Formats: sequence, C-alpha cells, structure tokens
Amino acid sequence: MARTVIPFGPQHPVLPEPIHLSLVVEDEKVVEALPTLGYVHRGLEMLATKRDYNQMIQIVERVCGICSMIHSLCYCQGIEEMMGVEVPRRARMLRVVWSELHRLHSHLLWLGLFADSFGFESLFMQLWKIREKVMDVNEATTGNRVIVSVNVVGGVRADLDESQIRWIRDTLVDVEAGIKNLQTTIMNDSTVCRRTKGVGILSKQAAYDMGAAGPMLRASGVAQDMRQLKYAGFDEIPFEPVVETAGDSWARGAVRFRECLQSIDLVRQALDKLEPGELAAKVKGKPEGEVITRVEQPRGECLYYIKGNGDKFLERVRIRTPTFANIPPLAAILPGLDFADVPVVVLSIDPCISCTER
Amino acid sequence: MSIEATVITADKLVAEVTRLKNEGWRLVTMSSVEIDASTMQILYHFDKDLVLTNLRLSLPKGGTVPSISGVLFGAFLIENEIRDQFGVTFDGLVIDYQGRLLNECNETSSSSPFCRLLVKSGMTVAKEVI
Repeated sequence: MARTVIPFGPQHPVLPEPIHLSLVVEDEKVVEALPTLGYVHRGLEMLATKRDYNQMIQIVERVCGICSMIHSLCYCQGIEEMMGVEVPRRARMLRVVWSELHRLHSHLLWLGLFADSFGFESLFMQLWKIREKVMDVNEATTGNRVIVSVNVVGGVRADLDESQIRWIRDTLVDVEAGIKNLQTTIMNDSTVCRRTKGVGILSKQAAYDMGAAGPMLRASGVAQDMRQLKYAGFDEIPFEPVVETAGDSWARGAVRFRECLQSIDLVRQALDKLEPGELAAKVKGKPEGEVITRVEQPRGECLYYIKGNGDKFLERVRIRTPTFANIPPLAAILPGLDFADVPVVVLSIDPCISCTER
Repeated sequence: MSIEATVITADKLVAEVTRLKNEGWRLVTMSSVEIDASTMQILYHFDKDLVLTNLRLSLPKGGTVPSISGVLFGAFLIENEIRDQFGVTFDGLVIDYQGRLLNECNETSSSSPFCRLLVKSGMTVAKEVI
C-alpha cells in the first residue's frame, strides 16, 4: 500500500500553539509520526546569565502563561533552598491557593479545547464560561488573569483579606456546581465516549518507561504526583493522586476532570489553614551551589535544575516541562490510529508548546 | 550546596542506565551544564517513588557520548535538544535530527548557542548569546 506523508501542524485548528507532526499514513492508518519543534523557541533558560536571580522570576513566569504561577513557585523554591530561606506558613498556604486555582483554570481550558477537538462546541463554551469565574478570582486577587506574578524569593507579594476569602469560597461553590453539572456529559456522553474511549492507549509500563508526566502518566495507572512531595503548604493538606487505569484519551480527560474538583477542595483546605502571619521572609546573600526542585504543573511534573556561583546572575537554569516529556509517548501511541483520531489524541496530552519551547 | 550525583564515565553510561531502568527508575530528564571553556557536564535525573537519583557525566565540549535512547525511548528528544543547544553529539540516537530539532532549515549544533564560553585560537572568549 502506498505511503503518504501528511503534515499535521504547525498551524492546525486544534492546536493553539505551533508544533509539527509528520504523519506517515497508509490509507487512513497512521504508521509513523515524527514531531518537529522550534517554531517559537525563545531560549529563556539562557536569560539566567543576563538577568539577576530576582528578575528571573518574571522570566520563568513567562515560560508558560497557563501555569505561570507554578513555574515561579518551582523556581523560587529552588532559590530558597539554596539560600536557606524558610518561607512563612501563610505564604506557603497562599502558594497552594493560587497554584491550585491555576490548575483549575488550566484543566477547564483544556477540557473545553478537548471538547472542541471533536466538535462539541456547546460543551467547549460551557466549560470556558465556568473558567471565567476562576480568571476573575485571579484578576481580583493579584491584578492579572493569567500571569499572576505573586511569588517572590522568600514568600509571596500578595495577600487575601477576609472579604476576598469569602468571595473566593462563594465563587468556588458556583464553579463546583457548574463542573458537576457537566459531569455526565464529559464522562458519559455517547459522542465523548465514542471519540475518546479506547483511542490512543498508553500502557502503564510504556508510560513509565517513556517518562510520561502528569495526567498522561496517571491515566495509565501510575499514582505519581509531585504534590506528594509536600512542597509549599501540601505538608499540611492530605493529598492522594487522581488515577485512572484505561490509559486512553477518555482516561486522560477523566483524570483532569476529577482533578478540577480536587483542586477546588485543596483551595478550600488551604484557605481554612490561613492564619495571620508574614508574607515573605527576608532574603540575604546570593544563591550558590546546585539544587533540583520539582512541582506538579497542570500538565505534570516540572523540574528545575538551578546552579549559582554566589553572583547575582545564575550559571544555569534548566527547565524540564511536562509537555516536553509527553511528546515521545505521543509519538509512540499515534502509529496504528485512524487519521481522524489524531487531533483528539494530540489534544489528549494537553500540549503546551509555550512550555516546550521555553 | 551541590546535588548528590554518581560520577559516571561514557563507557559505563548505557550499562548503568539499563541497570537503573531494570530496577524501576524512571528517566525524568537530562540537564546539560557548561563547566568551563572546554568542559561540559550532563546530569541524568531518575525518579523512583518520588526519590531522585542522578548521574553526572563530564565530557569535552563538542564531544560525543553514547545515547541512552535505545534503552529509554523518551531520551531521544532531550538528547536532540542538547545537541542543538550545546553541540554535544549522541552516538546511537534512535531518532536523530542531525542538529535540526529546533530549526529544521539550519543546523544549530555547529554554533552551540547555549554555550557562553568558547575556545578560540587557544584563548577563552565570552560569547554573546542573547
């Protein structure tokens, strides 16, 4: 049978950001998939040698808009560990609040895009309507909808007063009700199930061996989530990873859907534990040495390797983002699929090219 | 402060990575670090039950190291990126972009844009990278 190479991306209706896949197809079956990157690569890691370690917070926030807060959280934790800074408890809890709000709006954004990828426009609009409430909370509490810029080395720069906390709780009631109202549609609707169940299966062993991250890993049955490391305020908040076992596109969606509800619960618990206190510790000196820190972004495990030499400029900031780790598993599961299923499966990894092209 | 890492040589790398894989360690990523004008290091980060273990491999700039992508498929993208950014060649890559992962029109590895220091005519010179 003749082989045809079909370019998928860098511009494609289901891709908000540019990535290219060379798909070799026989008739309607994909037999090979080769990813190509670099359309929007920014070289942000190298700015560590040109901006001081405090300015780098604003740089790493721009690695990814959707999980900007969690990037700066990971970076700040690394610098704090290097400099022996103890972050005040209130700041650690506030970091949980904003990082889980980020996860919530990121998953809602993705669920909407996922629905859009198989033509379920009304579900897409419902999900993004709910997401707007979370964005309103971000804007009202930090001044920005997406790049909230709350982290500083030693703590946070923004606080929540009692009226804001009450308003967040009320908003979360609405958001939770809205999400639960869509549960039957997202999990059981025949259109959703027929387009996603049994499509793009990644086995537990393959996910682990290929270094998959986040919901892609947990949807294949591996119970690993960096929040189990008890960073920020997670040392005081009980946490169990959300796990599915089917390993298909439906399971990846189910993990993210359940994590939306879990994030709401985590925000509430963090708000419950907020006590009066300092927002940031005083920081003296310059970072020196090597450190590795890990956090859980909406798309999975994020690792920062940071190296300093006692100067205000760092020697190296290496950022491992989850989408970068999920591209090899994606390339491995595409062969064997019907060509029409490719957009759904590509979307199912929640690709963040901004993170990948850091 | 420095991270705990097992120093390893290129000839033992693949065997050690295979051993780690067989013991249930998962490759998280690799970090390339410029040490001085002539030396680089590659750190291999592995995870098992939320515990990290690291391998530290030193190599001359522009050198060649064995690819671990034959053992761990997920490494192929990381190794290709390191080649583009730091000019390290990986021997035995399962998918080799030949230095064109990030820019398919031009090979970037020859300029190793993420290295700040180069040896030029016996002198160490700082290179503007941004």
